[in-house]
Amino acid sequence: MVSRSMKSLLVLAFSLISLLFSNNTFAIGTADSTNSHHKAEKFDVAKTILDHIRDDYSWHLWGHTSIPLPVILYSDKGLEVFSSAKLMDEHHSPIIYQGNYSYKNIEGKIKVVNADGTVNAELNSKVWDFSFTKNVASLFISVFILLAVFLTVGAAYKKRGVSSAPKGLQSFMEPVVLFIRDEVAKPNIGHKYNTYLPFILTIFFLILINNLLGLVPFFPGGANLSGNIAFTMTLAVFVFIVVNIKGNKSYWGHIFWMPGMHWGMKLFLAPIELVGVFTKPISLTIRLFANMTAGHILVLSLICLIFIFENIFTSIVAVPFAAFIGLIECLVAFIQAFIFAMLSSMYIGMAIEEHHHHGDNEPHYNESDEN
Amino acid sequence: MVLGAVVGSVAAIGAGIAAIGAGIGIGQIGKGAVEGISRQPEAANDIRSSMIIAAAFVEAVALFAVVVALLGNG
Amino acid sequence: MYLLEINPLVSPAIGLVFWNTVAFALLFFILRKFAWKPILNAIHERETGIENALSKAEKMKAEMKALANENEQLLQKAREERAVLIKEAKEQSDRMIADAKDKAKAEYDRIVSDAQTAINQQKNAALTDVKNLVGTLVIEVSEKILRRELSNKAEQENYIKQLAEEVKLN
Repeated sequence: MVSRSMKSLLVLAFSLISLLFSNNTFAIGTADSTNSHHKAEKFDVAKTILDHIRDDYSWHLWGHTSIPLPVILYSDKGLEVFSSAKLMDEHHSPIIYQGNYSYKNIEGKIKVVNADGTVNAELNSKVWDFSFTKNVASLFISVFILLAVFLTVGAAYKKRGVSSAPKGLQSFMEPVVLFIRDEVAKPNIGHKYNTYLPFILTIFFLILINNLLGLVPFFPGGANLSGNIAFTMTLAVFVFIVVNIKGNKSYWGHIFWMPGMHWGMKLFLAPIELVGVFTKPISLTIRLFANMTAGHILVLSLICLIFIFENIFTSIVAVPFAAFIGLIECLVAFIQAFIFAMLSSMYIGMAIEEHHHHGDNEPHYNESDEN
Repeated sequence: MVLGAVVGSVAAIGAGIAAIGAGIGIGQIGKGAVEGISRQPEAANDIRSSMIIAAAFVEAVALFAVVVALLGNG
Repeated sequence: MYLLEINPLVSPAIGLVFWNTVAFALLFFILRKFAWKPILNAIHERETGIENALSKAEKMKAEMKALANENEQLLQKAREERAVLIKEAKEQSDRMIADAKDKAKAEYDRIVSDAQTAINQQKNAALTDVKNLVGTLVIEVSEKILRRELSNKAEQENYIKQLAEEVKLN
């Protein structure tokens, strides 16, 4: 009953948001076309939210304080490194920086610009942006946390041996590790789960820590890394590589020449299965990205209600809702990390599974055993 | 400008339709889970965890639609 | 590529992909060597330890059961043996009693038959004595008769009668 009324309230909030969104776009549209200086500082919800969930060249801490992060660019003129502070003036508005080319931060991306401030598309494609952005910093923070936690736990196991009961951090992490082993890896990968368990564990904990860090609104967290498609795509590509390198004869057989079918059906199924090889990592990418981004958008939208109504009393409704969504997001952080790990192990399990078909007495050995 | 607003609205409508589908799907999952638990209360834990996973899968489909809507919106 | 450029939100940035690859590879190899291996090994070792202990306990239990079974069997055997012994003893005692009885009977029979022969002998002796006595008596009587007959005929006869009566009474 409570959740039901909660839901209807949520629906109300959403409809309100969508209503205001559409009103807002219309308002801006009309304002821009008719009277540009009339209420020019009108609050743009979509822009605010997008600013918050996208990557950045500096890490905003509070007010006008932010940490400038190094910008690393590689172009045909060589590598150049400079502070992102040089891309901003004292009012935090983007300015042109004269490096190998003239760079400017346009909507969160460094672009090569001409003298008049327009993007130079031809030169832009020559520049590779390897900047140490907010998300990269967050990634390294999470890597550092994971290393600190698990090296401690690993050392504790080495030191305390197996006879004594786990203690402290060790006893906190052991059930999670056991959960991944017994509920995720063992049933989905099969009897060779031990080889892939470190991979699955690393993926699970990296996603989990970044999901949780993303929910923290202030400094060590706040970067929307697991809601960034580059991050999820990289992990999915790792899974894709493992699956297709470790895939055995039977896996490829099931893709290109589905056993137990008419040859016409085999020809028909081959392209579908081949597409399936690529849709698996893509769905992994999009699922995690969309879930985390949607959660962030949701929380930010609820907070933005206050600024839309320009009334402090809106916070009485909006802040508890945002907190509630935040709690759900904590659950989602776990579920999405779990699902990513589970699907990864399922794909690996499918690739290394040894099939025994009728009329096929010859056993299939895994060719990638020696890898 | 007007066209841009229309594109945004269409994308929002698409996301809304996807949300309806996902809502129905999650509702079905919840219904099935509650029925299953009432039939076999001893299996409640297993059913609950599979329910959450299934709900996450359905939700992901709705979020795919949101992503597509974002693509259209941009 | 153009399609991905539509929204910066869904276009993966090459920089982040690069750094993520580096970070993930680093994390994976370090954790695999220094964290997952000791953790998983320790957990596995502990599990096998517990399993071993359990199987050992199970084995002990089975052994105990076998031992108890054996005891039971021994007891059963002892019981049987006891029964056999008792039965044998009983049989023996019965036999002894029967033997004694037989012996007693034979003795008794012998004694009886001895007595009988003795009696018979005595009887015969007595009879002989009687016969001798009767003989002598007869001779005495006849002597007396003969003497009386010589004196008185009537008295003689009377006397004979009287004597005969006497003999009868004897």
